[in-house]
Amino acid sequence: MFATAIIVFREVLEAALLVGIVAAATRSVPGRGRWLAGGMVAGLAGAGLVALGTGRIAAMASGIGTDLFNAGVLGLAVAMLAWHNLWMANHGAALAANARGLGQDVRDGRRECSILLIVVGLAVLREGSETVLFLYGVAASEGGGSATMLAGGIAGVAAGSAAGYALYAGLLRIPLRWFFTATGVLVLFVAAGMASQAARFLIQADVLPSLAAPLWDTSAVLPQASIAGTLLHSLVGYDARPAGMQILFYVLVLVTIAAGMKWVNKGSPRSS
Amino acid sequence: MRRLLLIALFAAAPALAADDEFRLVIQDHRFQPSEVVVPAGKKIKLIVENRDATPEEFDSHSLNREKVIAGKSTATIFIGPLAPGRYPFVGEYNEKTAQGVVVAK
Repeated sequence: MFATAIIVFREVLEAALLVGIVAAATRSVPGRGRWLAGGMVAGLAGAGLVALGTGRIAAMASGIGTDLFNAGVLGLAVAMLAWHNLWMANHGAALAANARGLGQDVRDGRRECSILLIVVGLAVLREGSETVLFLYGVAASEGGGSATMLAGGIAGVAAGSAAGYALYAGLLRIPLRWFFTATGVLVLFVAAGMASQAARFLIQADVLPSLAAPLWDTSAVLPQASIAGTLLHSLVGYDARPAGMQILFYVLVLVTIAAGMKWVNKGSPRSS
Repeated sequence: MRRLLLIALFAAAPALAADDEFRLVIQDHRFQPSEVVVPAGKKIKLIVENRDATPEEFDSHSLNREKVIAGKSTATIFIGPLAPGRYPFVGEYNEKTAQGVVVAK
């Protein structure tokens, strides 16, 4: 049961942290709670479908279907997070000043929320499908052990969600003056980390060359399986042995979104 | 000169196309063989066949690879080029039994 809980925790953590960040980053967007919940429910439903269809997805494109699927989901999430940050760069100042309630902002907020729904949905879909597969495997092989499995699964999901909530609560303590800058930077790094993961799936599928693998090896100093390594992996995309191509993706996404935010912010009359 | 180049290209093509292939089988939550010796400095195509009915996740921090393999199915994982050394991997869903190592020489 303990082993089950730990694996489920690891799978859930990444999605939970992302939901925590997104929930915090949109604290003053009207109606975001419903959208977040909707995203999670849609993601869970999708995870079930993906888990059911894993065999079929895997068989596509001669054995690399899973990698292409994962890279696609991650790429889409990166695009959505980039959009979110650009939107926030434009509206963040107004939200921070509590100048909401204007018709235009509400309408914009709704569009922003649908983007969030997709981001949250994608994260839950990807991590959730692996959790479902794993639990199915345990249930099928242990026979009568499904009660302990269920307990382990629930414990893992609870612990993962608690970590996500802790991050959310911690972020909310940041003074409003710096709040949107802080969450914006966090989202920026999460997006870059996802891009690096997408690159890794494409290298694994031999769609992209690795360009020096590994570029460096910090596994002796900070193993990726450690708690700090896992957290850093989810938050800033830490990889103990990254391939050169991953770093290229990481830096490219980081610089592109940051430049876009700067550009949008300059054009916004409401920013200070 | 051009003909020479063409000949050189065709001579080189098979060497480029042929990745070194290695097969692994997962059965009863174990990898067979549990030790795969591969040449160092070359890209390797690992073909992993999961004969169990349950899914497994091929997971290796040292190889920087992670891939879910559904039950009764086969997956392809490209690794390397590797420096000489030992690269352990596990089946994350059955970590107690599903263990193996890629040895690059």
